[in-house]
Amino acid sequence: MLSSKSLKNLQHSRPSVQGKIVVENLNVYFGKHHVLKNLSIAIPDRQVTAIIGPSGCGKTTFLRSLNRMIELVDGAKVTGKVFLDGLNIYSPKVDSSDIRRRVGMVFQKPNPLPMSIYDNVAFGPRIHGIRNKKVLDKLVEESLKAAGLWDEVKNRLKDPAVSLSGGQQQRLCIARALAVNPEVLLMDEPTASLDPISSAKIESLIRELKRKYTIIVVTHNLQQAMRIADYVVFLFMGELIEHGAADEIFTSPRNTKTIEYLRGAFS
Amino acid sequence: MSLKNRSTFFTDREGANPRSLRGKIDKLSSCFLAIASISSIFVVSTIAALLLYNFMKFCEQGFLPSILSDVWLPSKGEYGLLPFIAGTLWITAVAMTISLPLGFLTAIFMAEYIPRKMHSPIKSLIELLAGIPSVVYGMWGLMVLVPLVRDQLAPLIGGSLGKVFPLFRVNVNIGFSILAAGIVLSIMVLPIMISTSEEVMRAVPMEYREAALALGATRWQATKTVVLRLASPGIFAGIILSFCRAFGETMAVLMVAGNVITVPSSLFDPAYPLTALIANHLPEMISIPSYAYALLTAGFILFVVTFSFNVIARLVVRRLKRMGQ
Ligand SMILES: Nc1ncnc2c1ncn2[C@@H]1O[C@H](COP(=O)(O)OP(=O)(O)OP(=O)(O)O)[C@@H](O)[C@H]1O
Ligand SMILES: [Mg+2]
Repeated sequence: MLSSKSLKNLQHSRPSVQGKIVVENLNVYFGKHHVLKNLSIAIPDRQVTAIIGPSGCGKTTFLRSLNRMIELVDGAKVTGKVFLDGLNIYSPKVDSSDIRRRVGMVFQKPNPLPMSIYDNVAFGPRIHGIRNKKVLDKLVEESLKAAGLWDEVKNRLKDPAVSLSGGQQQRLCIARALAVNPEVLLMDEPTASLDPISSAKIESLIRELKRKYTIIVVTHNLQQAMRIADYVVFLFMGELIEHGAADEIFTSPRNTKTIEYLRGAFS
Repeated sequence: MSLKNRSTFFTDREGANPRSLRGKIDKLSSCFLAIASISSIFVVSTIAALLLYNFMKFCEQGFLPSILSDVWLPSKGEYGLLPFIAGTLWITAVAMTISLPLGFLTAIFMAEYIPRKMHSPIKSLIELLAGIPSVVYGMWGLMVLVPLVRDQLAPLIGGSLGKVFPLFRVNVNIGFSILAAGIVLSIMVLPIMISTSEEVMRAVPMEYREAALALGATRWQATKTVVLRLASPGIFAGIILSFCRAFGETMAVLMVAGNVITVPSSLFDPAYPLTALIANHLPEMISIPSYAYALLTAGFILFVVTFSFNVIARLVVRRLKRMGQ
């Protein structure tokens, strides 16, 4: 019975488990370098999933394969499937820009575009064809509010984005990502380049945003992972070692590598 | 402080007494730099002075009003430069019309789309194109383009479009023409246009492209809204550079333009560009003073135009850069 069920799944190319994002047998190669090794995992909807692991284990690569940003790397090859609400994002008929609109991304280093604060947030909506000034104004305001930046910038929307502080720039990047109304938000060490106060703001923002969005955060900071994560994924040398609810992983990890990593053995 | 550390680092490694050696090299190189910059200023200013002096002589002799006349009869003291000015403008315009879109699109392709494996062979090809001497381009134009224009393009285009638009009318069909010269020139400036534009596009940080792409921008949207926007000052500068190159090119155009003294009115007319005028009349220039004034005035015009284009380019680039922020 199980086999007939999985056969059916195969035919329909549907994920066999539940989750906002379901990864099945994901492999990523950079040239000959096998970077992600046969990852399979389901990411829960509207929760914060933290991806942890030592430097170079493939966290960024994993994150980027969830919105096909990995394809921008020359020589990158991806096999396996990544389902977003049941749709395999790597199937040939799927448009990568469509996926990237639905799965937003915030980078380690804040990367506001060299234009005004307003134009940064309006950038995505404009690309997707929204021209109406009123609609744009509203989207910009809502997004900046959602990113907790509105009160700080509402009187200087025409100022260049680079005039903001690092933490503000990162929240601007979050606002910019929110403005295209994504379902998932990928964040690659979003607080790595920020001071503690700005980091705390981003963390509370993440907790806030999970009500509406599925959030996946890469972090090197285990304390941070404990504070924000509902679900934890531990990668080690390109392999998925352990994943599960945050309480479980942090209080009773099963794999020895996880235990060692949590003790700080690899850092 | 860090500099000091570094010099001790070198002392340890090289054993000798590098501080004084380094000091000497430093002095020597700044000395060379000073000499180089002073001599280039010297060269430019003497050129400017020479051209200006002769231009004034030209005016003194009362030739000035004839600049814009189309009568070139040196034996009668008529030095009308209009045909030559017109020839240069026509040929440059044709060259830019062809090379601008072609170079621009190629640069975008090279900077944003081309797979890495293909990039370096194509890049070398373009560099090769840039290294070919202009006289070789001239020969190619002479052997290939001139017959092509005469036997194929002129009958074909002249017989169709030429019936409606004077621009394409075939008045004389000798193959030596604005079109042939313009095509040769366009190929000559193409490498400049491509490499300058490509370079500035590549200089746009990857993180900006990623910002746009991660929002769901297509490749072209990211190129258009981010890369081209940021690269526009450099692209503009490249266009001006190509223009000046086309404007001042001598050998290749001299070989295919036909060098007939007329004010051209169609792409298929021959022309006589300013540069060709100067190059073809060097002997007379040496022996007849008024001839020299006229030719140097032609040089003066070339100098003023390219110089002012460079200045304009600088101003515009500064303006655009400020706007990009
Ligand atoms: N563009 C690339 N080309 C080739 N190899 C790459 C490339 N990017 C990453 N790698 C390799 O892939 C592996 C995983 O890299 P990745 O950036 O995903 O690690 P990471 O877990 O994000 O590390 P960190 O914590 O330092 O950010 C590393 O061994 C790295 O050297
Ligand atoms: Mg990383």
